[in-house]
Amino acid sequence: MILTPVAALGRSTLAGLASLGRIALYLLATLRAMLRPPFYFREFAQALWAIGYNSLPVVGLTAFFTGGALALQIYEGGARFNAGQVVPSIVAIGMTRELGPVLGALMVAARVASSIAAEIGTMKVTEQIDALVTLSTDPMRYLTVPRVLAATLAVPALVAVGDSIGIFGGYVVGTGRLDLNAAAYLKNTADYLELWDITSGLIKGAVFGFIVALVGCYFGMNSGRGAQGVGRATKSAVVTASVLILAANYLLTELFFSA
Amino acid sequence: MIELRDLQKAFGPNRVLRGVNLTIPRGESMVIIGGSGTGKSVLLKCILGLVTPDAGQILIQGQDAAKADRDAFLARFGMLFQGGALFDSLTVWQNVAFRLLRGAQKRPKAEAREIAIEKLRRVGLKPEVADQFPAELSGGMQKRVGLARAIAAEPEIIFFDEPTTGLDPIMAGVINELIREIVVEMGATAMTITHDMSSVRAIADDVAMLHDGVIQWTGPVTRLDNSGDPYLDQFIHGRAEGPIEAVR
Repeated sequence: MILTPVAALGRSTLAGLASLGRIALYLLATLRAMLRPPFYFREFAQALWAIGYNSLPVVGLTAFFTGGALALQIYEGGARFNAGQVVPSIVAIGMTRELGPVLGALMVAARVASSIAAEIGTMKVTEQIDALVTLSTDPMRYLTVPRVLAATLAVPALVAVGDSIGIFGGYVVGTGRLDLNAAAYLKNTADYLELWDITSGLIKGAVFGFIVALVGCYFGMNSGRGAQGVGRATKSAVVTASVLILAANYLLTELFFSA
Repeated sequence: MIELRDLQKAFGPNRVLRGVNLTIPRGESMVIIGGSGTGKSVLLKCILGLVTPDAGQILIQGQDAAKADRDAFLARFGMLFQGGALFDSLTVWQNVAFRLLRGAQKRPKAEAREIAIEKLRRVGLKPEVADQFPAELSGGMQKRVGLARAIAAEPEIIFFDEPTTGLDPIMAGVINELIREIVVEMGATAMTITHDMSSVRAIADDVAMLHDGVIQWTGPVTRLDNSGDPYLDQFIHGRAEGPIEAVR
């Protein structure tokens, strides 16, 4: 009786680890498929458009409000020890290193991992994946590789745009609401921001993009039957992609910034 | 042409195929019948390599399918899926010409489109349909497009998975006739799985009945009504009583 919740915890831990193992195998299969021709350029271009361009509004809005809120928080917090003027540099560093890539990728996970899992899951349920195989087309190369490559390239670009909009959001709040000097704000931002702050965030973006598309494709390809199966695959894709993004973010931060 | 030797497949404790032996001669149309859940689809998927059999051999023109070059092997097949399995992101003509637009059989785009339109015409669809998307078509039209895609690359072997499921009786009759005509015209070897008896009589040269994981009866369609096999008799007459247990 007492052991029931422990057993349930054990079961779900084992299931989680098994799922992680299967995703790792899927990752290896994807990398193998990337190295062998043919490469489907049209599918890649379509995926680039769907993942990159179409995610711009949501990533931009997220970044704008985050940058604004960050400026407010730092101003209030910094005022406690007379350091309100650090707002520009902390907004810039916080956005480029951490919030831009992480929040941007989480929004992309919600938008893209779900749609990839639902699309490929529906293809599986309606035998379109089987049809691809019978038409001598490898689903890994036709569906997974273009999406994974597109997301790996598109998310850093989205992060770059998000960083800029986030810093702009901080500037708008800083100068409009907190009465900071506009010229000083811009100078402060430029003076304290280093190239590595930006590139580390972009590298994070590439890793997160890879995770989002890979997880979306994995759950789509392994979707259960019927509407319920596709629904479950979609939910699992978003949850798993989000958790993996946060875990990878910690590991990358440790790797990049712990001296 | 196609020879199955002692083919076996189990999913966990459920032994779906328990040793299937079957020969389909070149140019013949074989229809495999059997109740729902008897493993007809699994059998078909084993031959196509979508499901790996646990034991047994599949020979295509004497060549072991497990050892053959997969792309070259699949290039000889055309398949009409039960629900059509058309790619919804592509237009009708791109679906039909899918094989002709990529891979070993790649043709110039204009030529592929021309062939697609010709195949659409062959299955009774107007060229205007070519630029529509599958979701815009009725069930019967989708089936025709699926048929056009199956024959687009002039395969030697064509598989039909429940070709009349979900169609009204008249449309089912039309599709049955089309399949028969096309198979004869192309001289292709055909394998159809169905439980629709009107399809059997319209399409088959030979019939095989799958029951309990083995071929229960096989013979020419002309002997269907006087086979003397109680299982086959119960099935073709749709009787609830007989050697096949029906769950009520």
